[in-house]
Amino acid sequence: MGQIEWAMWANEQALASGLILIMGGIVATAGQFTKWYFGVYSIGAGVFVCLLEYPRGKRRKGSTMERCGQKYMTKVLKLFGPLTRNYYIRAFLHLGLSVPAGFLLATILGTACLAIASSIYLLAAVRGEQWIPIEPKPKERPQVGATIKQPPSNPPPRPPAEARKKPSEEEAAGAVGVSGGPQENPVPVIDEVV
Amino acid sequence: MGNWVVNHWFSVLFLATWLGLNVFLFVHAFLSYEKADKYYYTREILGSALAWARASARCLNFNSMLILFPVCRNLLSFLRGTCSFCRCTLRKQLDHNLTFHKLVAYMICLHTAIHIIAHLFNFEHYSRSQQATDGSLASILSTLSHQEKGEGSWLNPIQSPNMTVEYVTFTSIAGLTGVIITIALVLMVTSAMEFIQRSYFEVFWYTHHIFIIYFIGLGIHGTGGIVRGQTEESLNESHPHRCAESFKHWDDHDSHCKHPQFEGLPTESWKWILVPGVLYIFERILRFYRSQQKVVITKVVMHPSKVLELQMNKRGFSMEVGQYIFVNCPSISYLEWHPFTLTSAPEEDFFSIHIRAAGDWTENVIRAFERQQSQIPRIEVDGPFGTVSEDVFQYEVAVLVGAGIGVTPFASILKSIWYKFQHADHNLKTQTAGHAALNFDKATDILTGLKQKTSFGRPMWDNEFSTIANAHPRSVVGVFLCGPQTLAKSLSKRCHQYSSLDPRKVQFYFNKENF
Repeated sequence: MGQIEWAMWANEQALASGLILIMGGIVATAGQFTKWYFGVYSIGAGVFVCLLEYPRGKRRKGSTMERCGQKYMTKVLKLFGPLTRNYYIRAFLHLGLSVPAGFLLATILGTACLAIASSIYLLAAVRGEQWIPIEPKPKERPQVGATIKQPPSNPPPRPPAEARKKPSEEEAAGAVGVSGGPQENPVPVIDEVV
Repeated sequence: MGNWVVNHWFSVLFLATWLGLNVFLFVHAFLSYEKADKYYYTREILGSALAWARASARCLNFNSMLILFPVCRNLLSFLRGTCSFCRCTLRKQLDHNLTFHKLVAYMICLHTAIHIIAHLFNFEHYSRSQQATDGSLASILSTLSHQEKGEGSWLNPIQSPNMTVEYVTFTSIAGLTGVIITIALVLMVTSAMEFIQRSYFEVFWYTHHIFIIYFIGLGIHGTGGIVRGQTEESLNESHPHRCAESFKHWDDHDSHCKHPQFEGLPTESWKWILVPGVLYIFERILRFYRSQQKVVITKVVMHPSKVLELQMNKRGFSMEVGQYIFVNCPSISYLEWHPFTLTSAPEEDFFSIHIRAAGDWTENVIRAFERQQSQIPRIEVDGPFGTVSEDVFQYEVAVLVGAGIGVTPFASILKSIWYKFQHADHNLKTQTAGHAALNFDKATDILTGLKQKTSFGRPMWDNEFSTIANAHPRSVVGVFLCGPQTLAKSLSKRCHQYSSLDPRKVQFYFNKENF
C-alpha cells in the first residue's frame, strides 16, 4: 500500500458526504421536521464542504484528471495557503462540521460519512500528504507534420542496429517476432511511414 | 447510426428490459401499498411515503439480486461457452458485465436515496402522531399499544411522546442495519470511482469487500417487522371501510368495530439475494480451486521501460484471442488478483502476459522477478475470461490501434493471424492487417523487440484512412482500438467520414474494446 495517496479517496468521500448533507438538510427543512434548523445548518455545511472538496489535488505521481470547471475554486483555495494545503486542518475541520448534523436523523448519515472522510484525511496527513493545486498548462497546438520527429534515414526495410544482417524483404513493420532477425512472413507486408 | 445499431442492438434491448422491469416492480409495489385495505390505517398516519418506501425497497431487492451476477466471471464464461453457436455480438454483451454492474449500482444508489427520504418522512409522521393530542384517527392509532397487551396491537413503533426518532432508529433492527448498510454502500461507491480504481486499485479492491456487510445487513434489515398492516382476521372483523369513521367508538362494548390488530410485514429480502449469494460463493470457491492449480513459468523476459513478460503453462488451459486472466502472486499479496490481457496467440504452446509497472503490486512483481533468485515467485492464474476480439477475423481488412500498454490484446491477435496464415486457415477472412503501435518514448518496440519503431510520431489519421479507402475500395474494414477515449472519438469520427454512402463501396466499422 506504499504508493496510495489516501487524500484522493478522502476527497471523493468528503464530496459524497457534502452531497448527502445537502440532501438530508433539504428533506428536513422542506418537511419541517422537528429540529429542522439543524437541516438548514446541514445545507450550509454541505455546500461549504462541496466547494472545498471540488477541486481535486494534484497526484504526486502520474497525471491527475481535473473535475469539470474546477479551476475557479482552485484559485480560491490557493488564496488560503496553508489552511487548505494542510490535511490535518481539513481532517479536524470536517470532524467539527459533522458534529451538529449528528443531532438530526435526516442528516446523521452525512455526519457518519463526513467523519469517515475526516479520518481518511487524518491518515493522509500523518503520511505527509498535501493538497497541491493543479496548475493550468498552456495549450500547445501540434503543427501538422511537426509531430514527426527524426524520420528514418534508411529506406525500408530497416534492420535493427545490432543485427546488421542483410535486410530481407520480409522484415515486417510491426508484425510478430520475439527476437531480432528476419522472419518468414506468409503474406507480403506493406510498410507505410506517414 | 446504422453501424451503432448493428453493434449494439442487444445491449439496448437488454437495458430496456432491465429498466422496464424496474419501472414495473416500482409501480406495482407502489400501487399495492397505496391502495390495499391492509394498509389503510398505516396510510392514515404515513400517507404516500409508505408506498414510496416500499416501492423503492422492492427495486432495491431486485437490483441487489442482479448486482452479483455480472461479477461471477466463471459463470459468465460457462454461459459464453455454451453459446458458441450464438452470434458474436450476443457473446460480446457478456463482456460488458462491469458496465452493467456499475449501472445496477447506480440504480441501487438512486433507490437507496428514495427509500431513505421516504422513511425519514415516515418516522417524522409517526413521531408527530404519537405526540398529537387532537384525538384524530392517527393519534388513536398511535396509542394502540397502550390499550391492549400482546403482540398484535401496536402500529406506531414510537411508543411514547418522549421517544425521539433517532432513538428508534438506532434501537430497531431496521434502523440500525439501514444506517450500517448505507454507510457501506457509500464507501463502496466512493472507492470505486473510476479515478480511484485506476490509480489505487488496492483501496478499491479491499474496500469493495464491504459488500459482504451490505448483503448480510440487507438480509436482516426487514426482520423487525416495523412496517405493519392489519391482520386478515382483523380485516374480516372490522374492515376499515366500515369502521374507520367510527374510530371514536372502538372502545364501546356494543360497537361492531373493534380495535384493529396489526402484524409486521414478513421479510422478503433474503428471498431475492439467496440465489445470487450462493452462486457468488460458488464462484469464489471455484476461483480459489482454479488458482491452486500449478502454473509453470517457462520464460521470464524483462523488457526495457519496465515491462515484464511472463510465459507460462498450466494444465488444461486453453485460450482465445484477446482474452484476459487474473493473476495473483502470493509472495507479494495473498488477496489481490489483477487482470492482464493475454499477449500470446492460442496457437502457441504457452500463454503469456506483459506486465507494466503501474502501481504498488505491479512494481513489486517486477522487482521480485528482477532479482533473479533461484526460486522464482509462484504465480496463480484464474481464467481465461472474455471473448472480445474474434470479430477481428471477420473483417477482410482490419486496422488495429493500440496506445501504450493497449497494444497487448493486439499482439495476441496479430500473432494468431500470423499462425493462421501459416496453417492456411480458411476461416480467416482477414487478408490484410495493419498495425499502428503508438509507442512514444520507448526506444524499442516492447512486443516485437525491433529497434525501429513501427511508426513515428502521431499518425495523421486522415491520411491513413484515405489510403486504406483507396487501397480497398470495396472492402469492409474493421477498426479496433484499445486506448484512450479521445482517440476513440477521433477514430470513430473518421470511420463515419470515410465510409462510403454506397453500401457496396468501402465501409469502416469502429469497435472500441475495453480490455
